Amino acid sequence: MELSDRDLSLVAALADGLALVDRPYRVIGDAVGLTEDEVIARIAAMKEAGIIRRFGVIVRHHELGFRANAMAVWDIPDHQVSELGRLLGDAPEVTLCYRRPRRLPDWPFNLFCMIHGRDRDAVEAAIKALAERHGLSHHRHAVLFSTRRFKQTGARYGRRSAAE
Amino acid sequence: MDTLDRRLLNEFQQDFPLVARPYAAVAERLGVDEAEVLDRLARLSRGGMVSRVGAVFRPHAVGGSTLAALAVPPDELERIAALVSSYCEVNHNYQREHRLNLWFVVTAPSAEAVQAVLADIAARTDLDVLDLPLVEHFHIDLGFDLKWS
Repeated sequence: MELSDRDLSLVAALADGLALVDRPYRVIGDAVGLTEDEVIARIAAMKEAGIIRRFGVIVRHHELGFRANAMAVWDIPDHQVSELGRLLGDAPEVTLCYRRPRRLPDWPFNLFCMIHGRDRDAVEAAIKALAERHGLSHHRHAVLFSTRRFKQTGARYGRRSAAE
Repeated sequence: MDTLDRRLLNEFQQDFPLVARPYAAVAERLGVDEAEVLDRLARLSRGGMVSRVGAVFRPHAVGGSTLAALAVPPDELERIAALVSSYCEVNHNYQREHRLNLWFVVTAPSAEAVQAVLADIAARTDLDVLDLPLVEHFHIDLGFDLKWS
């Protein structure tokens, strides 16, 4: 799907989410020069094309009592990482799962999972269960608990002029 | 937080109604009126439990992004974290337990714009920025099951 300039303006206008008013799609349309129906149709098309991965209520884990989060990382041989990534990505304990490049010597890990839990023990137990279930214990790994959140907002994909 | 709040938070994380009055459609499913849904979402947003009602985009479908990390001297952390957070392109910024102790996500309209932010941060902090762009993503995002029980 090719995104038009109008679509990119729509993406930017969506960054702060829908207004809490009875006709939120009309509010967005007014901001970017589309009708309400056009806004709804473009969002549906972007969902259909997989550009929008999810459209709905976006919650904050921490405020809802999931106060612990860790980035669990493993060094998985390149020929195994995709298959293992798919397994971990489907695991109920895992919120996000990505393959990223190693940066030797500083950073030897190539598989990243985000894991949220009510407390540190819950997150550690989840990581242990994952490692056992998927035979990860012989791979080099690290667990980076978050100790402080300095910033958490929605992504600003849109052009700055349109987003602000 | 009551049962209705919990249902609002857990049952509408995907496929939010794409109709002219989406909150009325949500209200109908919950058996309440539209004003009740709007009031509750406003309260949950003020309380920080709801970030927004909106879209999660597939990484790199629009624009570019990367995960970056810095090894910041502990006594500089406060200042450098504030500097990193000050970029509108930085949408997540966390301290983590590692020698690389500051982790942030940069999202911008293009890959070049992402690199420009990293270069700027490197220049202003005099630190090496570890750039870890996504190679492959595995998780199908169905939202976050809040498992209330």
